[in-house]
Amino acid sequence: MKTFLAFVTKEFRHVMRDRRSLIVIIGMPIVMLLLYGFALSNEVKNSRIAILDPSKDEVTLALVQRLDASRYFDVTEYIDRPEQADEMFRQGKVRAVVVFQSGFQQSLLHTNSAAVQILADASDTNTGNTVSFYISSVIRDYQNELLAQQKLPYRIQVEAQLAYNPQLKSAFNFVPGVMVLILILLCSMLTAVAIVREKETGTMELILVSPVRPWMMIVAKALPFLLIGLVNIGVILVMAYTILGLPMRGNQFLLVAECGLFVLLALSLGLFISTRTDSQQTALFISLVGLMLPSLVFSGFMFPLENMPKPLQVISNIVPTKYFFSILKSVMIKGLGIQYVWKETLVMAGMTLFLMSMAIRSFNIRLS
Amino acid sequence: MPDASKIMISIQQVGKTYNKGKVQALSNINLEVAKGELFGLIGPDGAGKTTLFRILATLLQPDSGTATVNGNDVVRDYKAIRSTIGYMPGKFSLYQDLTILENLEFYAAVFGTTIAENYEQIKPIYSQIEPFKHRRAGQLSGGMKQKLALSCALVHKPELLLLDEPTTGVDPVSRQEFWEMLQLLKESGLTIVVSTPYMDEARLCDRIALIQKGNILSINTPQGITDSYAENLYAVRSDEMYRLINDLRTLTGVSTCYAFGEYAHVAEHTAIGLKKEDIQAFLLKKEHKNIEINRTPATIEDCFIALMKE
Amino acid sequence: MSKKTIITTQNLTRTFGAFTAVDAISFEVYEGEIFGFLGANGAGKTTAMKMLSGLLSPSSGEATVVGCDVYKQAEAIKRQIGYMSQRFSLYEDLTVDENIQLFGSIYGVKKKELADKTEILLDQLEFKDQRKTLVGALPLGWKQKLSFSVAMIHEPRLVFLDEPTGGVDPITRRQFWEMIYAASAKGATIFVTTHYMDEAEYCNRVSIMVDGKIAALDTPKNLKKQFNASDMNDVFLKLASTSKIRAI
Repeated sequence: MKTFLAFVTKEFRHVMRDRRSLIVIIGMPIVMLLLYGFALSNEVKNSRIAILDPSKDEVTLALVQRLDASRYFDVTEYIDRPEQADEMFRQGKVRAVVVFQSGFQQSLLHTNSAAVQILADASDTNTGNTVSFYISSVIRDYQNELLAQQKLPYRIQVEAQLAYNPQLKSAFNFVPGVMVLILILLCSMLTAVAIVREKETGTMELILVSPVRPWMMIVAKALPFLLIGLVNIGVILVMAYTILGLPMRGNQFLLVAECGLFVLLALSLGLFISTRTDSQQTALFISLVGLMLPSLVFSGFMFPLENMPKPLQVISNIVPTKYFFSILKSVMIKGLGIQYVWKETLVMAGMTLFLMSMAIRSFNIRLS
Repeated sequence: MPDASKIMISIQQVGKTYNKGKVQALSNINLEVAKGELFGLIGPDGAGKTTLFRILATLLQPDSGTATVNGNDVVRDYKAIRSTIGYMPGKFSLYQDLTILENLEFYAAVFGTTIAENYEQIKPIYSQIEPFKHRRAGQLSGGMKQKLALSCALVHKPELLLLDEPTTGVDPVSRQEFWEMLQLLKESGLTIVVSTPYMDEARLCDRIALIQKGNILSINTPQGITDSYAENLYAVRSDEMYRLINDLRTLTGVSTCYAFGEYAHVAEHTAIGLKKEDIQAFLLKKEHKNIEINRTPATIEDCFIALMKE
Repeated sequence: MSKKTIITTQNLTRTFGAFTAVDAISFEVYEGEIFGFLGANGAGKTTAMKMLSGLLSPSSGEATVVGCDVYKQAEAIKRQIGYMSQRFSLYEDLTVDENIQLFGSIYGVKKKELADKTEILLDQLEFKDQRKTLVGALPLGWKQKLSFSVAMIHEPRLVFLDEPTGGVDPITRRQFWEMIYAASAKGATIFVTTHYMDEAEYCNRVSIMVDGKIAALDTPKNLKKQFNASDMNDVFLKLASTSKIRAI
């Protein structure tokens, strides 16, 4: 135990003394999340929209004015027929078209319900999503005011339709997706170079010629980075909630525990890479290139897994990010509890144990 | 064959190749080192010294043959060996971002001991660098790094010390200091195997093995090796060293002629009976000035050259 | 030997922060001589050598190398000198032939001339069979000999050798020095550092640096007389023990 503690102390010293790397490790996720986060909301600002309003009554005019007054939208076009919307998108004149039903106010007064349709250009999925989401919010706000004033159960039925990408995907896909990527790349890279660095500098030679057990060295390598990973998670979650306005519906302890498990999984993956390579360069290359692509493709946040060919769907089952992405969405956004994600959690725990024991097994007790 | 209980290292028919057999690092080496000996492996770069050390340190497995350290097999009983040897690789292998004290504490803990427990063992060396114990290893001078590495190799009271080229690239003063430290350690009963490319250091060992291209040329005491040099050897000088060497090589009966400091050493062919007068007459004929010719005892380096030629 | 100088320094100094690595050294190296540049680790040899070969700017003082000023004409110096470091400086993943071609063209040796020189060089080294061998596969001693030949390929007037024989076997070490003698006989000036004290005897003159200063400079014979020593090793030990820095 004393020996193990000595190893852990040593690893913490290595990490704490390399100030420059530490700043990058802690700072990079923040910068990445902010960059993506703000790029997102900036784009939506002053988006041009078109209106199709056959009735031009009190209610629709008030709604259009609200939309125009919002800092997110400029109403620049009025059209007469729904078919014109396509042309508008193709020419890139507007980002979205708001279609009111004919006799909007009449319908609202007589049936207590009226329909409005939002057509958004989703060739850029995220922007399309956001625009349509914001338009719906403006309309909903207005409806709430009506309700407050008249105490009548008016319902404006908002139907959003995304042109060019009919899959209705939430803009909230994005932040969990970035989180998944940042965590797996950063954490696996950290440990991927950790052991191989000692091989390169020659310090491994002395460690090997001692009665040290491989697990001590490997587990000790992971501990400081587990802590760093948890700090990163904290920072990311707080930022996602406060700055990027993501909901935190589920149990926070469950969320942090799941994140911690995923970090451990990524660290084990890195350690496994580290024991099997001979240079820091190779280790970095494998963890960066080898993980980036599958994580992007198979986690489900860029391309829907259901639409993939069967063989690719099978492959996606061994990609750890798939499970974590699904857990994140369930817990963070849908607010579901452990009873809905225990399967994914179990798979991730199993993968962690497997990778960790593989790392210990493939730790070479001799040189070459 | 000496008493088995007095043998620290026994190497029998050990061979090792690299690159799937393309590079022969060691070919059928046989060697024994007794307990308490200061044993030197003398040979140039690429002779196989590092490979031999790594096999003894259980870092590499021999392709053929067997080797034991204190009765333990280097392949089968590697765990037992690892806790009883102190090893100092040729390259500085401590953590540059940790301080002297932190490095030493770490290696003590790795072997399940503490500095305080074995302070007496490391004191002669460690006390020299102790005033700087909070300095990081990366900022130490070459001599201090060496003392730290040696302290770390000693901190768990090993029975055998393996030092791979500790003096390579080190200036003569530091080398002298280092050998003085080794003498101190030897007196405490430690068995030490040290390798070096500097032939002049051979005389500081109890016994030496001359090693070249994976083969052991000779094993003996330094005295024994130089005594076994049977032929006549002359130290010759004149005003023009370079021409002197080239001329002497053309003289019948001369086997080799190489510069040794301010003299050229002239070795004769086996038992041909080359005489001082023959050389004198030859050099006068070649118009050399200020000729000086003396019979000289062979050095380890003369022996090494002679053995290389065989 | 003519007394024309090829290196002249006046109070040449280099500091790194508060540390003075080279402390106002003044000396001359004559054209055609083999000049041994000795000193303990950390005495300032490497720093001095880097300044003289135009790789490092001095903090103060003057130095002229092959007629060029080290401050203003560093590039001109680099073109006219040869340099070989203790860390082997050829490309390990290129063949013997390819290395010679590469360094020949870097130093502007004409194609026809280079082809002739390559043949002579390989002949002298007895390397003809190895010309297609990767340099990385050669034994250390061979590499060092090849490295020296490549450093001399543009026939520089002055060549800097930084511990060229470290770890080399006794025969190859001497063969290396015979190459140095041959180059010197053709008129090249050799500026060499070494930790083998017997090699110091092979030099025409030897300087010994202690704590950034030149503590002694003379022929090996005169140095031994001056310090009442039996060999150069003795001279070195006596001088280096005066160092204040290496108290530890």
